[in-house]
Formats: sequence, C-alpha cells, structure tokens
Amino acid sequence: MLNDVLQDLLDEGLQLLGEHLVLVFSAILIASAIAIPLGLAVAGHPRTRNLALGLANIGQTIPSLALFGFLIPIPFIGGIGEHTAIIALVIYALLPILRNTVTGILGVDAAVRDSAVAMGMTRMQILRMVELPLAAPTILSGLRIATVTTVGTATIAAAIGAGGLGVFIFRGIASVDKLQILAGALPAALLALAADGGLGWVERRLGRW
Amino acid sequence: MPAVEFRGATFRIGDRTILNNLNLSIEAGETLVLLGRSGSGKTTALRLVNGMIMPSQGEVLVDGKATGAWDRVKLRRSIGYVIQESGLFPHFTVERNIGLVPSLEGWPAERVAQRVNELLERVSLPPRDFAKRLPRELSGGQRQRVGVARALAADPKILLFDEPFGALDPVTRLDLQREFLRLRQELAKTSVFVTHDVQEAMKLATRIALLHEGNLAFAGTPSEFAASTHQEARAFLDVLEEAARVK
Repeated sequence: MLNDVLQDLLDEGLQLLGEHLVLVFSAILIASAIAIPLGLAVAGHPRTRNLALGLANIGQTIPSLALFGFLIPIPFIGGIGEHTAIIALVIYALLPILRNTVTGILGVDAAVRDSAVAMGMTRMQILRMVELPLAAPTILSGLRIATVTTVGTATIAAAIGAGGLGVFIFRGIASVDKLQILAGALPAALLALAADGGLGWVERRLGRW
Repeated sequence: MPAVEFRGATFRIGDRTILNNLNLSIEAGETLVLLGRSGSGKTTALRLVNGMIMPSQGEVLVDGKATGAWDRVKLRRSIGYVIQESGLFPHFTVERNIGLVPSLEGWPAERVAQRVNELLERVSLPPRDFAKRLPRELSGGQRQRVGVARALAADPKILLFDEPFGALDPVTRLDLQREFLRLRQELAKTSVFVTHDVQEAMKLATRIALLHEGNLAFAGTPSEFAASTHQEARAFLDVLEEAARVK
C-alpha cells in the first residue's frame, strides 16, 4: 500500500523532474543566446551598455509570481503553459549573463587588447582569440548564477500550469502534505547544487591559464 | 626614401593638441629615440606610425605611403610593437604568443615552430625551458624578452618600442638594453624607441628626437644632444650630470 504510494510519487517525480529540466535548459539556452551576443556588442559602448543593463535590471526586479501573472493575458507570448513560463525565466536569467559578459569583456587587460590591435588582429580575431577566452570564466560564472536561480524560480512555473517540480510543492501546500512539498523541494535543491558544482568545475578549468 | 616620415603630423583630442606639427624623417636602420617627459607626445608620435591613431592634420608615411592609405591590418603586421607591460596574451603559452602573427599570416605550422625556436634562442630564452610556459610563469625581464621575440616574429622592417624596459628593475633593464644593442647589430632593423630615461636614450639611440609639450624641441645624434643649448635638452642633460656626480 505505502509502496504503491511511493511508486506513484517516484513515477510522477521523474516526469516532473524531466519537465523541470526542460524549463531550465530552454530558458538558459535562450537567455544565453540573447545575453551573450548582446553583452559582447554593447560592452564597448557605455551608453547602450547602461541601457541594456538597466532594462535587464528592471526585468529582474519584477516579483516572480507577478511576472508569471503579467504574462498570461499577453497575446502570442502569454497564456497558460510551458512557453509562458520559459519567457518569464528567460527575463530573469538575462541579467546575470549579460552583466557577467560585459564585466568579462571589460576586464580584459588594456595592454593585452592594445597589443592585439597593434599586431594587426582584426576585430573578429580579437573577439575570438583574446576577449572571449579571457572573459569565458566570468561569462560562465554568470551562466552558473542564472542556472541556479532558474532552477529555483522554475518551481513557481507550476502556478501557471507549466509543470515541473513546483507541482509537488503547490499540491503539498494545498493539501498540507509535507512529503509532497519535500518531494518537490528536495530534488530542486539537489538540482541547483549539481548545476552549481558542475558549472563551477568547468569555470575553474577554463580559468586555469 | 626614409622608412618613416612625419609630415606636419598633428594630433588633437578635442581642442587639446597632443602633438603639434611634427616633421621628422627616420632612415632605414637607425634607432630613433623619442625622448620627453610624460605628456610630451612621444607615445602619440609612436602610435601614429602603425596607425593605432590617425593624425588630425598632416600625415605619416611608412615606406613612402601614408598610414591612411595602407590597409591597417597589413601595416600593423609589418611593424613590430613592444610595450611596457609586454601585453602578452595571458592564456597563450610563450610559443603561441610568439607565433601568433606568423600563424595569422598563414605560415605552415612547422615553419612557425621553427621560427619560434629561433627567436627564443635569439632573445636568450632556451626553447626547451620556455616554449611551453605561460606568461605568468615568467619574470618581468623574461616577459619583455618574449615581447621582443613576438615583435620580431614576422620579420618586420620596423620595430616600435613604447618604454619597453620602463617597469623593470635597473639591473634587468641594463641587461635588456645590452641585449637590444646586440640584436640591433645582428638584425639591422629600423627602430623607434620611446623613453623618458635620458640615460637609456643616450645609450641606445643613433639619433634622439626630444619632444616638449607636443613640439619637437631637438633632433640629432646623442653627441649633438649633449651639446644642445635648448632649455628642455639642458633639463634632461642635468639629470645625466647629476647621475655622473653621484658616481
């Protein structure tokens, strides 16, 4: 009897974990695809840089539950379900990735950039061979922060029907069932720790020079 | 034809004139030292040569062609450049740092490797010990040697030095100055060398150009410089006399 309950919990848990991973991965992938090129483009231009960082900052100040709520009535991008949740998560993930990309590029030693120009490297060569590799650990650290936060924030996605480990948590709260809450919270916490550890390891390897 | 020629070269930032109407020719094979205090315009003059900056007025000719008419990348790859903080790529080994320009120029890998070895020998850093090291695993003097090797890599005719030994301790500096003189004998390159150190200028220059507040105050051989009565020249020569008195 208890075994059956646990078996059901486990089956559903794996499915929700899968949904959760999809939410996080899609959000981080899209956010990176926007924030990294944007960061590279604006790093050298103080005014557009501040504008971009300012906008990303505003995105992050909106309380997460409210943001999910705001998005629902918006045509095309809103509605109930996964894609609305992903959009909200992307908005949150933008700032750390953007900020760290900018910081990483600006952190490249002026003498190094100067000598790259003086050696006749083209803008693209400098970006590819000098700026990106030197900024990589910082960019990755932004990616890591974004991933860890997104794992947590994604639990709220269940509130708008996007699934994920939040389903357990919301159901647990509604039915005052500690086991259900834990079944959602514990894997989410472990997932965050794993992402932190894994990306941290890559980050250290990249920064080994 | 001079290797480098400044023709009325002026450089302004806003309404501030950094370099004012510089007329100066640098002949092939000579070592011209641009001497002056901080803010005298000497680094500006140097950076005009490889098109890092463009003159606001007048022009700078390299091999008889104005820097503005050169393909910027081609111009810079044909001119070696050594700066004070070496500017080595911290994530590249010594070998990759030195081989960078030849690689960009599309040399085959073996030829690049051979060239790197040859250059490391030349700047007295045995390849077996140094090729695979990262810049942070080198002393300041060794880094500058690698910087010089990197500048020489694609065999440029012209070399620019922006206070390359300025941040080194005096013993290492003397060592590298001697090395510079030896290399000049061996390679016969045209060099433009920026320094504020009058002793260094007297030691290394075949000709000294003294800049003062953006203007050329004097140009001539070190012995002519020693006899100059120009006020700014005297100010620098006082430094030399003071040093001699201490001895």
